[in-house]
Amino acid sequence: MAKSVESNKIKSNQKLEIPPAINDFVIRFANTNGTGSASANNMFAKAIVRMGIPVSAKNIFPSNIQGLPTWFEVRVSEKNYLARRGGKSEIVVGMNAQSLFDDIDSVMPGGFFLYDSSKQLITDQLRDDIHYLGMPISAICQKEYQDPRQRQLFKNVIYVGALAALLNIEFDALKSLVGDQFKGKEKFITPNIYALEIGYQYANQHFICPLPIKVERRDLINDRILVNGNTGSGLGAVYGGATVVGWYPITPSTSVVEKFASYCERLRIDPASGKKNYALIQAEDELAAIGITIGASWNGARAFTATSGPGISLMTEFLGLAYFAEIPMVLINVQRAGPSTGMPTRTQQSDILSCAYASHGDTKHILLFPESPTECFEFSALSFDLTEQLQTPVIIMSDLDLGMNDHLTPEFIWDDEKKYNQGKLLSAEQLSEIKHYGRYLDIDGDGICYRTLPGTHPDKGAFFTRGTSRNRQANYSEKSDDYVDNMLRLTRKFETASQMLPQAEICQSKIPADMGLIYFGTTAHAISETMDQLKEHSLSVDTLRIKAFPFNHQLTKFIKEHNRIFIIEQNRDAQMRTVISTELQIDPAQLYSITNYDGLPITSKFIVQGILNKLSSKVVTEQVS
Amino acid sequence: MSFQKSKFHHPRLPVNDLGLTYRDYEGALSTLCAGCGHDSITSAIIQACHEQSIPPHKVAKMSGIGCSSKAPNYFLNKAHGFNSVHGRMPSVTTGANMANRDLLYLAMSGDGDSASIGLGQFAHVVRRQLDMVYMVANNGVYGLTKGQLAATADKGVKNKTGELSIFTDIDLCVMALQLGATFVARSFSGDKKQLVPLIKAAISHRGFAFLDIISPCVTFNNHPKSTRSYDYVHDNVVTGAIADFVPVKKEITSDSAQGGCEDICLHDGSIMRIQKITADYDSKNAMKAIVDIEEHKKKGEILTGLLYLDPTGSHFHEINNTTDTPLNQLDQDTLCPGSRILSSINDSFR
Repeated sequence: MAKSVESNKIKSNQKLEIPPAINDFVIRFANTNGTGSASANNMFAKAIVRMGIPVSAKNIFPSNIQGLPTWFEVRVSEKNYLARRGGKSEIVVGMNAQSLFDDIDSVMPGGFFLYDSSKQLITDQLRDDIHYLGMPISAICQKEYQDPRQRQLFKNVIYVGALAALLNIEFDALKSLVGDQFKGKEKFITPNIYALEIGYQYANQHFICPLPIKVERRDLINDRILVNGNTGSGLGAVYGGATVVGWYPITPSTSVVEKFASYCERLRIDPASGKKNYALIQAEDELAAIGITIGASWNGARAFTATSGPGISLMTEFLGLAYFAEIPMVLINVQRAGPSTGMPTRTQQSDILSCAYASHGDTKHILLFPESPTECFEFSALSFDLTEQLQTPVIIMSDLDLGMNDHLTPEFIWDDEKKYNQGKLLSAEQLSEIKHYGRYLDIDGDGICYRTLPGTHPDKGAFFTRGTSRNRQANYSEKSDDYVDNMLRLTRKFETASQMLPQAEICQSKIPADMGLIYFGTTAHAISETMDQLKEHSLSVDTLRIKAFPFNHQLTKFIKEHNRIFIIEQNRDAQMRTVISTELQIDPAQLYSITNYDGLPITSKFIVQGILNKLSSKVVTEQVS
Repeated sequence: MSFQKSKFHHPRLPVNDLGLTYRDYEGALSTLCAGCGHDSITSAIIQACHEQSIPPHKVAKMSGIGCSSKAPNYFLNKAHGFNSVHGRMPSVTTGANMANRDLLYLAMSGDGDSASIGLGQFAHVVRRQLDMVYMVANNGVYGLTKGQLAATADKGVKNKTGELSIFTDIDLCVMALQLGATFVARSFSGDKKQLVPLIKAAISHRGFAFLDIISPCVTFNNHPKSTRSYDYVHDNVVTGAIADFVPVKKEITSDSAQGGCEDICLHDGSIMRIQKITADYDSKNAMKAIVDIEEHKKKGEILTGLLYLDPTGSHFHEINNTTDTPLNQLDQDTLCPGSRILSSINDSFR
């Protein structure tokens, strides 16, 4: 296979040959964090996208700044299977001595291991069923570069160059990416292209290129872009008109605010004065972050904060206040594996219960579940309308996989005709015309009352916002009747909300299938592949993707129409199933759950296996009974 | 419960520049204990706002939780108020101010609210230099939960039930001075003559103004062993200078800054006229103010009056370089970049 590998030292006679594959394989990069590998790996993924071929890229990284193993997995799939595939990879690039044996182990039998051969591998314990592609990358860098940082950084670029030859990646696609990446910093372009060429030449001279697994140009990207969800959320907030942000850094949500800030620096500077049309404060903690958000929203600005699980815990007292005092605010929760610090750099959907019912007393919150960076953008922008219309917090439930990994996603779209909707907010003129204003009067019967902002009218509309019980005129009251009246109205408001939120996405044949699959968020990435695999088992299913909580009749109807309902989620305790059975009063025994909570994005294999296991155990039970 | 006051009033009550009487600055009837120092603060705020002709609806009344935080309900009925979360008034006010820089933020807090549960938020709102008036009604005791010691209670004093304050007390004025507040004063709810001009000056000051107001608790901390009782405070209050407030409209004649008086011009053109009591009084020296406070404390005295003032200090929006129009008034055309720019952003992800 390879012209010159250290294979002469390894018994390679019975090596398996991997079946040739075009545009359908997984490549895994094993690096050390803090060595600049991420940008090289991203360039690799993007080059394939520029050849018109779908990819998904997952960064599997430690909670550490420098020196620990980190992996980057790229799945190339012209069938558009963009979830993690799972299992071993066709090709692994092993650049980290610490994880070398694990990385060799992660190669599929017959697959390829590209490594830095500047130091010889200890051959005794090596697998002999894979191909070793040794390339003296460190030695080349030692020779080519003087600066130690360059010696490190260009290692990554060199292996990308080698992969271009090995996998048939168009060299021009890489070159144009380098040009884009260093726009404005042109002096970096030539050295990067030179490093790519070193790798490319070396591979061509020493290995048989291309390998049987390779890419070939297609035209399958259409209008899609490659971007992460946090960028979508941050940009959505710019488009949704957010002007105030209070925040506290926490992985994996930090880049939501960083992206918002960097777009604001470009797009929100007043051209005449050079002053900012936004204000952002990195607060002392998450309590202050949400306090800032609530104060600003109370005062009529569109405001948001972003956090992750532990931050949600700290924000719950304020969420109760915002629910009860009916103050709008947007909270973007990029979920990670908990509890406590859990696995802070791994993904999960495990804050559903803590967000749906966050805070003391009878509270309930609006949740939106985006599946893609595109929906992060749309929901983020939309949430500012929803929260002002409904006068209650809106929580966007993203997750680490969605937020921090690049996904191939439909391009962002904005309709210039669409106007911001501030809901029932009274102007000075409207207040002048009103005989008697009461903040908590339900004039329209939909549970939503009319809001006023401080400073609007000299004599009318002022009231005292408080977390304490009050009557419809916003006067302090401890009367049980006033309290109950208010709580019932809040329930009515949530019924109104369920009709206003994004509708579930249902895929259903005319005659409902026997089985129904309910899923949400990033699980969506595995669904098309799951359906195809189930077809191979002669199973057909209908699907429903939840986009929002509180639920509406669609979900009840879907559950009733199917004999078996599976709820797929990425947490241990089947939290969505708990919410569904509680809210819709469905016997939980009717809802089978498939739960993945190992911190890695869910795979179709896992879902299909879960369904098959349940079905076979069902058969067994039926046989027994 | 809250009770509305009778609107009946004398037909010839004096009116201010806006044509409003002091009754237009009142709030609901207080439900605090009879004789509570906080009610005197309320009345001082009403007088200050009325005399300064502040449009009531251009004020936002901010508070946390506690007896002190109930007080905003008892003044300026025509202003919006926000009784927020215990210890979190500073962050809510920060957000409100970020959204609308044109309102006057009058905030009431207490010793539990600011020196215990909210100490972190207090510290950070000071360093942010938020343009607000931050008043603490300081009585050294928890009222609503019936008499527990507060962190501002002097070390070594006992509360009503005899519990000893065993830990070091926190002096919020010292903290504010250390953290860069540009207006720091301490007063006594029982001394309206001192308190009203200080509130007026705090309102005129641009930037973070901090007022710690010793406000005795008649129910839980007015006993002979207390250092926050009416009698103790009356007997032990000292001041380095008498500060009078001269509003903008009053013509300043050349002889007005007469012997021993120093005039400090505030941002809005009004004057803080300082008449020194002690020769070495210096309103421009924050470090000296800290030393003075501590030295008087050692003698069992409470140093009051204007402790520090920097009328040229900055504030959050200046530091942030925020646009002059309040952010909550920017329209969609200003805020939303539109579809054409979005398509170029999309191109950066291809």
